[in-house]
Formats: sequence, structure tokens, C-alpha cells
Amino acid sequence: MISLAGRDILHSWGKFVLTGIGLGLLIGVTLSMAGIYRGMVDDAQALLANSGADLWVVQQDTLGPYAEPSSIRDDAYRGILGMPGVAAAANVTYLTMQVREAAADAGADAGVRAMVVGFEPGQPGEPPYLIDGRRIARSHYEAVADAKTGFVVGDRIRIRRHDYAVVGLTRRMVSSSGDPMIFIPLKDAQEAQFLKDNDAILNERARTAANPALNRPGVPGLLEAIQGAQTVNRSVNAVLVRVGNNASASEVARRIQRWKHLQTYTQAEMEEILVARLIATSARQIAMFLVILSLVSAAIVAFIIYTMTLGKIREIAVLKLIGTRDRTIAGMILQQALGLGLIGFVAGKTVATLWAPIFPKYVLLIPGDAVRGFVAVMAICAIASTLAIRAALKIDPATAIGG
Amino acid sequence: MTTSTAAGLGIRIEGLRKRYGEGGAAVDALRDVNMVVAPGEVVGLVGPSGSGKSTLLKCLGAVIEPTAGRMSLGEQVIYDDGWKTKDLRALRRDRIGFIFQAPYLIPFLDVTDNVALLPMLAGRSNEDSRRRALELLAALDVRHRAKAQPSQLSGGEQQRVAIARALVTRPPVILADEPTAPLDSERALGVMRILNRMAEQTKTAIVVVTHDEKILPTFKRIYHIRDGKTYEEAGEGRAFS
Repeated sequence: MISLAGRDILHSWGKFVLTGIGLGLLIGVTLSMAGIYRGMVDDAQALLANSGADLWVVQQDTLGPYAEPSSIRDDAYRGILGMPGVAAAANVTYLTMQVREAAADAGADAGVRAMVVGFEPGQPGEPPYLIDGRRIARSHYEAVADAKTGFVVGDRIRIRRHDYAVVGLTRRMVSSSGDPMIFIPLKDAQEAQFLKDNDAILNERARTAANPALNRPGVPGLLEAIQGAQTVNRSVNAVLVRVGNNASASEVARRIQRWKHLQTYTQAEMEEILVARLIATSARQIAMFLVILSLVSAAIVAFIIYTMTLGKIREIAVLKLIGTRDRTIAGMILQQALGLGLIGFVAGKTVATLWAPIFPKYVLLIPGDAVRGFVAVMAICAIASTLAIRAALKIDPATAIGG
Repeated sequence: MTTSTAAGLGIRIEGLRKRYGEGGAAVDALRDVNMVVAPGEVVGLVGPSGSGKSTLLKCLGAVIEPTAGRMSLGEQVIYDDGWKTKDLRALRRDRIGFIFQAPYLIPFLDVTDNVALLPMLAGRSNEDSRRRALELLAALDVRHRAKAQPSQLSGGEQQRVAIARALVTRPPVILADEPTAPLDSERALGVMRILNRMAEQTKTAIVVVTHDEKILPTFKRIYHIRDGKTYEEAGEGRAFS
């Protein structure tokens, strides 16, 4: 038996291909939306994996350092380092800000939105690998940037009031919101995080000097000590901990929480915070888009197949009159809908693959999503064809006979 | 009524009635239709608009159900105050050939497959179906257009392909609904010549519904239908030159 649907598609292939490409663009957007979600999850997992930590120690009762602000004293790591099972512990700071090239005028160039990470070289928190340049070797004013910032080795960038030389480039180091990371020495980052402008420092000093409780004539050196303390930052956002080979991360976490009064998260808990909480709203947003796009796709396929079927009323009436079974006619329409879906899916997958690198955020297209997408497209096309099948089966074969 | 057919062969219609609607709104489209068409015979069915021609064709074609009466196609009684067969589609596919006012060829199938489609639907192999189709196309002088699309054919060629499609399953009966309406005199007579030749060769009973006066002289017998009743008349049965 010949394929009526196949012959019809071949006969009017131009219409089918153009319609399929139109549908494919919609499917491409749908696949890209799924890819954006996968990219966000992958970014979060890469962020955790590349930090080189087993535990995140943050301020008590917070979800820091990525999901909520967290501030702990920068000497807390010493006590943690001495606890059983802890192989390494290091301070880190995270600060999201605009970073621009040093030569650029602040007003003229908005720069790049980046997460500036303060870390201690050789400790957890350091970027695990470089794709260009070298690691930070000096104590101050050197930086390693993610390639997505657009900076290259040798660039000079400005973070707050200081200029930094980009000495290395890394990859796949982005914040949970997709901002590329720039790594600088911890001390510089602490300063940058709390550094006030000159006018504010002068005002603060004057305000402190005017306070009789802090500027006592009978206590020499008190005012200077207070003013000195005001300009030094002794806080970090988190302590990253690497546990020993034979130690249990959850056991070490429990001990730190109990004895140090700090919140401690294992990698699994931190992943849960990032994926299930931090990007949960974005995921729901994307899910809504996927549902809407699926409905729009279904409506378009239904409309196209229905219109095409109505355009063949006479032919269908003749087919029914000469004895074609309903299932043959239904099969023809169903196969056409599936054919349209197949063309659309191939077009959609192609365009999604082509335009994925252009997206500012990482778009991860995984084969599993493609398979699920294909099944969904076929199911949607099959469901959408029922309207046309119903219309075709209602056609009276008597309409083929005049009068 | 003249009976020129062997009992149980060709078409036999007795006391056929068809009523549309019920109660006061009921309309009797067919009141008392009697018709006999012998195998190999081509008869005309003529009548003014609204006389019941199409209704009779639809009843005979098992498309609509009559209200009462009896119909036989070949040796099979298909209706006797109720359908005598459950699968009307199979009946239409296997025992009735249809030729329409317009050819209504399937636009996305080539000429061969338009003709071969019916036996394929009936379960015959593609190869056998196409071989049979090509035989008929050759007999109807359109073999050279076997691979053409319907849109590439002239009106006369399309109608010949439609005739081949009607004949392909070797049905005992062919119902033709104004098959010459869109054709000029020469082509119309050409179609009638083909129908007569094929009827004679295949012993098929053919009913041609027509308004076309130029083909009336070709019928040996004509049934007139008026107010839902049939009246038989001898035709000229003019031989084709």
C-alpha cells in the first residue's frame, strides 16, 4: 500500500517544508529554553565543583554565600583548620559589580558585570584550571578572569579604586546568575568589598572626631585606633573547607556547626540551595514558557493540519466514496501531522544548536532533552491532528456526487 | 417495464422509495423507482433538476439508505427494506465504480497510482494493482501519461483516467454522474464511446446520469425520472462512427 501522506507531502513539499521551518523556529526556541535551564543548573554545578571545596562555612542562619549575604570573621578559618577531618580551609569573598578596563572612562564604559572572587592562592576557591596565562603570583593587583568577561591576558582592569593586571584566563566559572567570575587576592577583595570613597572616609573621620565619647582628651591614641579600625575589613563571606580522605564531610560539617556556631553546608546541600532554591523561580519561569510554547505549537500544528484537511474535502469525499476506510484517511492525516512535526523538530534542533553559542548565558543542549523534545513534538502533533481527523471523518461521501 | 437482463445480474431496482425528513416536513425524493440494467449495457438516466437523479445515484451507490424497496447489484441483493450488507464501504470499493462530473483525481498521486489506489486499498499488491492500472490506461489510450500528475492532463485525459479508476476493480456496476458535463461534443462522445466499449468488453452495467443532450442519442435505453418516478424510453442507440 502506498503512503498517501508521504505522497501528499512530496506533492506539496514546499508548503510542508516552509511550514515545518516555521514550526521548527518555535521548537528551536522551546529547546533553547530547556537548554537555558540546563545551562543554569550546569553553571551551578560547575561553580561548586570548580571551587574545590567539600564544605561551605557561612554565617549562622543564612543560605550564603551564593543565595544570601553572609559575613564571618576572617580568622574563623584558623579554628576550623584545627578541627579533625579538615584538610584545608580558606577564606573567600564574593562581590558582584561592574568591572571595566582601567583605561576606560567610568562614565563612558559600563564594563562587564562580574562576580569578583577573593581567594587565597593554593587554597580552596582558586580556579581549578587556566586556558591562558598563569596563576596569580603576587599578593596584590593581579587577576584571573573567566573568558566570558571578554578580557584577555595583559588587560588592565579597574576594581573600585585599584587597577589589576589580568594574568590568566579560566573558563566555566560563572556565578549562579550567570555573571563571569574575576579572581583577585583575598586581601584586595576584602578591601574592595568594604572600601569607601575618599569623601566618605573624611566625613566618617570628622564624625568620629566630633563624638566626645570616642575623642576623649584624656585617652590619647583612642581616636586614631577607632579611625584605623573603621578602615580595615576583617570579614569574609565564607570559609571553604576541604575534608581529609578518610573523613566524612557531613560529620565534619556537624562538628563545625556545633562547636563554631557557623552554618555549614555540604556539596549536596549547597547544590540543593543553588538548584532548588536560587534558580527555582527561573526554572518555573522557563517551565511556564515551555508550557506556553507547547500549547502554541500544538495550536499551530492543529490549525495547519485542519486547514490542509479542509482544502481536501472533495478528495477525502471521493476516497470515502470509493471505499477507503476511515482508518486509512485518519492515518494519512496523522502521518502528515507527524511528518510536519519531524520536519519542525529537525529544523528546530538545527537552529537551537546553531544559535546556542550566541546566547549570553550558557545554553546546554543535552541529547536527553532532544529525545524528550522529539517525543513531545510527536505527541503534540498526534493530538493536534485529532481535530482534522474528526473533520475528515465527518465528511459525507455523498458530497462527491453532485446534486 | 422492459427487462433485458438476465435475472440476478447487472442492476435491478424494484419499488425503491426515499423519503427525506419526517411528518409534515417529509419530502418523497423517490416514490416508485424501477430500473433494470443488463451486464454490458449503458443506460441513461435523465430528468430535470430536483427530480431525484442524484438521490437515486446515492441510493444505488450505497451512500444513503433508501426508505423502502429492493436493489440488486449483480447476483447480490444489497437492499431489501434494509441493507443486506454490513460493510457498505467494501461494497462500494469492490462492486461499484464511480465516475463523477469532475474527475476528482487525487492530486498528489500520479495517473497510475490514482487508478491503482482502489485495488491497493482492497489489499492487492502494489505490483498487481499497477499492472492492472496500466492495462486499463492502455485500453483508454492514456498509457503515455501514466507517470503524469493529474494537473498535467487535459480534461478529456482526466476523465479517461477517472473511467480507468472506476473499472480497475472490475465492478459489475458503474455509476457515472454527468461524466461529460465539462467536455466539448467531440470529447463527450469520445467518453461515451469508451464507456460503451468498456461495458461491452467487461460486461459491466453502467448508469449514466446526464443533462447532456448531445450524448442522449448514444443510449439504447433511457430512464426518465420525474417527481421521483422512473419512466423507461427506448433510445436511438446511435452507433459510434
